[in-house]
Amino acid sequence: MDIGGLLKELLLEDKVLIHFDFMNGFFDINKSIVVTWGIIIVLTLFLLFITSNMKMHDISRKQLVAEFIAEKLRGITLGMLGEEALRYRDYMVVVLVFIATSNLVGLVGQTPPTMDLNVTAALSLMSIILVEAAGIKKKGVKKWLKAFAEPMAVVAPMNVLELAIRPLSLCMRLFGNIIGATVIMELLKMAVPIIVPAAFSVYFDIFDGLIQAYVFVFLTSLYIKEAVE
Amino acid sequence: MDLTTIGAAIAAFTGIGAGIGIGIATSKAVDAVARQPEADGKIMKLLLLGCALAEATAIYGFVVAIMILFT
Repeated sequence: MDIGGLLKELLLEDKVLIHFDFMNGFFDINKSIVVTWGIIIVLTLFLLFITSNMKMHDISRKQLVAEFIAEKLRGITLGMLGEEALRYRDYMVVVLVFIATSNLVGLVGQTPPTMDLNVTAALSLMSIILVEAAGIKKKGVKKWLKAFAEPMAVVAPMNVLELAIRPLSLCMRLFGNIIGATVIMELLKMAVPIIVPAAFSVYFDIFDGLIQAYVFVFLTSLYIKEAVE
Repeated sequence: MDLTTIGAAIAAFTGIGAGIGIGIATSKAVDAVARQPEADGKIMKLLLLGCALAEATAIYGFVVAIMILFT
């Protein structure tokens, strides 16, 4: 068995799918971006289908399902955000759905976009910008700056460092989990090609992906909740 | 034999911390369910979250090991 070769192929594969020559340089479109476009198209079509033809009275079964999904997802994020930060609820729902679909896309034979460090870095940067913007919007610039020196002035460097640590840990957690699951699954498929991978796939592909999406959204909501307090 | 492999192996020791953390979280969760079986759902949610957070340290070790091996 050639484990080293397999790992190299998984981790160092060429991520560029479409290559343009652009004046003197070049313009590359990564594979993860194309898969993301696919996810966006599928989700949009699903939402357009399920929300079309909505009514106030004697609703159809389709509308019932749509309302049920919306209620459930909003309920999840409401529990995490609290009443104070209710306005950020829909953003959290969108991020939750997007990350969950990205992690599950491995089931239909595509590489999950979240296996690319660039995607998770972008998601965590969006999160930290939203957290700080929520803090500024709620407290104003002066109070927001003052909040760095709480509860004591001594801990101010730690609070400033947290600005960098938080997105880094969010990004690395998601990326590491997805790539770890993929590597373990590939090794397992090499060792035992039949039956056993199917059982492990339920944990590594489905359960782990959903839990990581939940954890990402939960931590972001926790930070927002803390920022608007 | 190359020293980078040993470095990657040392990075894999982060698994110890994650194992201890998940063990403590699970034992406390079992205690809590034994004391209050009706709070089952809430405890389960918190346990899953705590395990995912504790697992993250092991994942950091994994990422560092990969960085050592492949860069």
